[in-house]
Amino acid sequence: MKNLYLIAYLDLKESIRAKWFLVYSLVFGGLIALFFIAGVTESQVMGFSGLSRLLLMYIQVTIVILPIFILITTVRSISGDRDNHVLEYMLSFPISLKQYYWGKIIGRFITVYLPVLLAMIIAIIYGTIKGASIPWNIFFLYTGLLFSMSSAFLGIAFFISSFVKSSEVALGIAFFVWIVLLSFIDIALISLMMSQRMSTELIIFIAMVNPMEIFRVAAISLFDPELTVMGPVAYYILDSMKQTTFVFVSMAYPISLGLVFSFLGFQIFRRKDLV
Amino acid sequence: MIKVNNLTKKFGSHVSLDNVSIDFNKNDYIALMGANGAGKTTLIRSILGYYHPNEGSVSIDGLDPIKQRMKVLENISFVPQLPPPIKLSISELMQYISVSANVDQELIKHYSNEMKLAINENMNKSFFALSGGMKQKLLIAISLAKKSDIIIYDEPTANLDPKARDDFYRLLKQNEDEKVLLFVTHRLEEVETIVNRQVYMELGKIISDETI
Repeated sequence: MKNLYLIAYLDLKESIRAKWFLVYSLVFGGLIALFFIAGVTESQVMGFSGLSRLLLMYIQVTIVILPIFILITTVRSISGDRDNHVLEYMLSFPISLKQYYWGKIIGRFITVYLPVLLAMIIAIIYGTIKGASIPWNIFFLYTGLLFSMSSAFLGIAFFISSFVKSSEVALGIAFFVWIVLLSFIDIALISLMMSQRMSTELIIFIAMVNPMEIFRVAAISLFDPELTVMGPVAYYILDSMKQTTFVFVSMAYPISLGLVFSFLGFQIFRRKDLV
Repeated sequence: MIKVNNLTKKFGSHVSLDNVSIDFNKNDYIALMGANGAGKTTLIRSILGYYHPNEGSVSIDGLDPIKQRMKVLENISFVPQLPPPIKLSISELMQYISVSANVDQELIKHYSNEMKLAINENMNKSFFALSGGMKQKLLIAISLAKKSDIIIYDEPTANLDPKARDDFYRLLKQNEDEKVLLFVTHRLEEVETIVNRQVYMELGKIISDETI
């Protein structure tokens, strides 16, 4: 157990010092700051106002940038270490592959989740100081959704990292995964599929297996389902499923997906040549 | 101590090790030589349990280096040819080594000083930021401090100046008893006074194995 924590701790320390982490934290912290400066909390469009509007905007931007940030920073975790012979040296010490792999995952999870969570906490603190009413239900929902989406993409990234030999290829695959998943949250694309008379079940299925779409729908599920910003699929899902059930699914599914991919990645990692 | 039995390792269609069988025993100080691509690195990586063999096996004190990697690696010190770009600071790297392999950090400092590496002044520096020679000195110090029965060096003096090489060989002489010392080298003259066995590899095979 001590080796697992050691790997997690050292990976966390190493990541926090890295330039990508600085950019990553600045992006999410900067987003919140930008929304405040832009007066998002004071504006009222389509029924959203105050901190609810700010958090909703934050989450809408996060849907797009969080997965790619996690993918590109994490996908090189093992493949990069393999590529530059760090793995060869670090694994010449009595560390089990299980400790190394899961320790890296724990360390990296804290690294990617903490800045997005802190950005939300900053928003709440700033909102309190400003005297705004705090939408706790939205805050807790988004905290959970960010947790589950981080788990899903971290698992996918480690899975890719475990079988790819070079970090360039790993990056390429990560971009491909992101683009594919992003395409399937696009309302236009889904609308196009509907206009092509594809079966509704298929469209809903595609939307439901996509963690980014699940995240998007869950993020707006607290609001009025009649809103046009939701899109046809979100409307259909929220109309046919109880909101609490859907929120549960939207958290449980990405976490399960992340765990399954992490586990598959570990099986590949331990069965393949290490260097 | 180390038993390699009919070991074959292929990468795609390329045969890197071709039915290699060799034993290394206590007090064997071996120079492992051969041209680039002869299979030297593949052999040492197989001993370290990094490669899954296509055929044959490796055992270290009767243990499988893949299945029982933790037990096996407790007794092996390894220094690669080129120090890897580890981003940890020296103190973090030493923490990693002392926790995982139970190595006394004071001993690492002792051998670092013997190698004329001013370690105390550089503890918070990233390993990556050290010069090539400093990195190599630290890895050598770690390998000696680990007090392993098997020490594997892959061209360990590539980045060292003549004075540091002398320090290294002096320390090695003091620490070689009752061990297996395996040098991958292209410069036999450098290790001639230390080794008592010379193994030549070519195209994945052992073509000569002489005890001196």
